Amino acid sequence: MSVLVYVENTAGEFKKSVFEVVSYAKAIAGLLNTDLTAISIGSVDPSNLNLLGQYGASKILNVDSDQLKSFVNHSYASVIASAAKSENSDVIILSNSFSGKGLAPRVAAKLEAAFAPGAVALPEVNGQNLIVKRVAFSSKAFAFTELKAVTKVLSLTPNSFELKVNEVQPEVVDFDPQLTNDLNTIIKDIVRTTDKVSLADAEIVVSGGRGLKGPENWGLIEELAEVLGAATACSKPVSDAGWRPHEEHVGQTGISVQPNLYIAIGISGAIQHLAGVSASKTIVVINKDPEAPFFKVADYGIVGDAFEVVPQLIAAIKSYKAG
Amino acid sequence: MKILVCISSVPDTTTKITFTNDNAELNSAGVQFIVNPYDEIALARAIELSEGGKGTVTVINVGEAETDPTIRKALATGADDAVRVNAKPRDAWFVAHQIAKYAKENNFDLILTGRESIDYNGTQVAGFIGELMNIPSVSIAKKIEVQDQTALIDREIEGGKEILSIPLPCVVGAAEGIAEPRIPNMRGIMSARTKPLQVIEAEEVAELSSIVKFEAPQPRGEVTLIPAGEPEKLVELLHNKSHVI
Repeated sequence: MSVLVYVENTAGEFKKSVFEVVSYAKAIAGLLNTDLTAISIGSVDPSNLNLLGQYGASKILNVDSDQLKSFVNHSYASVIASAAKSENSDVIILSNSFSGKGLAPRVAAKLEAAFAPGAVALPEVNGQNLIVKRVAFSSKAFAFTELKAVTKVLSLTPNSFELKVNEVQPEVVDFDPQLTNDLNTIIKDIVRTTDKVSLADAEIVVSGGRGLKGPENWGLIEELAEVLGAATACSKPVSDAGWRPHEEHVGQTGISVQPNLYIAIGISGAIQHLAGVSASKTIVVINKDPEAPFFKVADYGIVGDAFEVVPQLIAAIKSYKAG
Repeated sequence: MKILVCISSVPDTTTKITFTNDNAELNSAGVQFIVNPYDEIALARAIELSEGGKGTVTVINVGEAETDPTIRKALATGADDAVRVNAKPRDAWFVAHQIAKYAKENNFDLILTGRESIDYNGTQVAGFIGELMNIPSVSIAKKIEVQDQTALIDREIEGGKEILSIPLPCVVGAAEGIAEPRIPNMRGIMSARTKPLQVIEAEEVAELSSIVKFEAPQPRGEVTLIPAGEPEKLVELLHNKSHVI
């Protein structure tokens, strides 16, 4: 019996969120007094696979077949379920990334496992069960879900668990999943809309609202994001007005983010927006209205005109980075 | 083309969430329930795909009689008929079983859900249904077109999208951008009263998990205000105190 963690690669590389999920899975393996096995699907260089050992994966199942070069959730789910059976893994951990959100429920359903999507902390062991803290009501609350089936699947919210070095020499083993069922999904194209850091992976997010007055002023947001190495985001009225694309909308009906630093500029802080960002570790609000509700949930605030404050802030960050 | 749209009834987005019964249950006193916003855009896209005699739209909800107003709203928006599986929607696994059972018996070409419900945020139902019916699923789709027996879908990924071609039948979770929500007009509201709403009984499903309690997020401390014109103070605090830059 071991804990099994699925490690998603992006064009053959592992992102930081993958090492988070390995660190998390290793900590769970520790709680259950067992080892950690990782499963990688697709072409990943052996030197990259070995990196997983730094975070505690002592065995790595490597599935590198032509049929499974690109991500298709039902076939990847079959592979992971088959690995879970051959490893006798009762606990399977995935990332709650976009692909993970499509994959994890299929893995759970195949194994008739109890499933906790979007875990944000280590589970509590309760006899044979695990109690998992996860996001609910779009970050307006947390739910503690008790997983009662023999097999358990958890997906970890990115940026909610610290990397933990736990160096072991991993044994890398080729794994043949013997796939039979293919439902004929064809990936026609993959389009990256940005070569910058994506919103879902970002540790810093700079977000603009209606206070910026129009899309022509977004250069300010982009410049601040650039000096911080941040992703850009916006409020719902901004994406509804077509100033920015929908995928930048953070909030209850857009994307939920929990970066280390969220900087809100010209956003008043409607309850639906706050729901999507309240799990951020540090929140900075820049708004000319001192009564803006966002100040009530912020760590730091500057009351002032964005068109004056932001250029000054950019200059201050540049001089700090230079110093 | 026969389209099935799965809708759930959730607290309005402006709701301040509180709990009762020793934090084990949502306090629904005074809460206004609405069609889950993502389900609303799934429905809007289904209606667009079916318009002009190209198909029919059935909505399905797992809930007790109190969700009927939510279902009537979906009918007023333009669905042709509705089914309610008469049971408390215990969890996503339970709900997905009921929908998959109905969908298997009624041969739908396309099943749409919202990408997630804004109450439990699991993004589970589309994947569960896909697996229970052994059909492809896409959990977060920003665009869907149907050509003959194929769905062309833009799936959201980190920093971009993947363009997929998937044979029908399949199940797809609708995300922002797939359609604009529709507001029912007076004619829709009048006709919704007489559209068929079939109530069926639920099947038994083993309970694999349960919510033991809820917790409110920790309130943040008092905001530290920094005078405009002194941004270097903010930079210093972000570096030395918060350790985020």
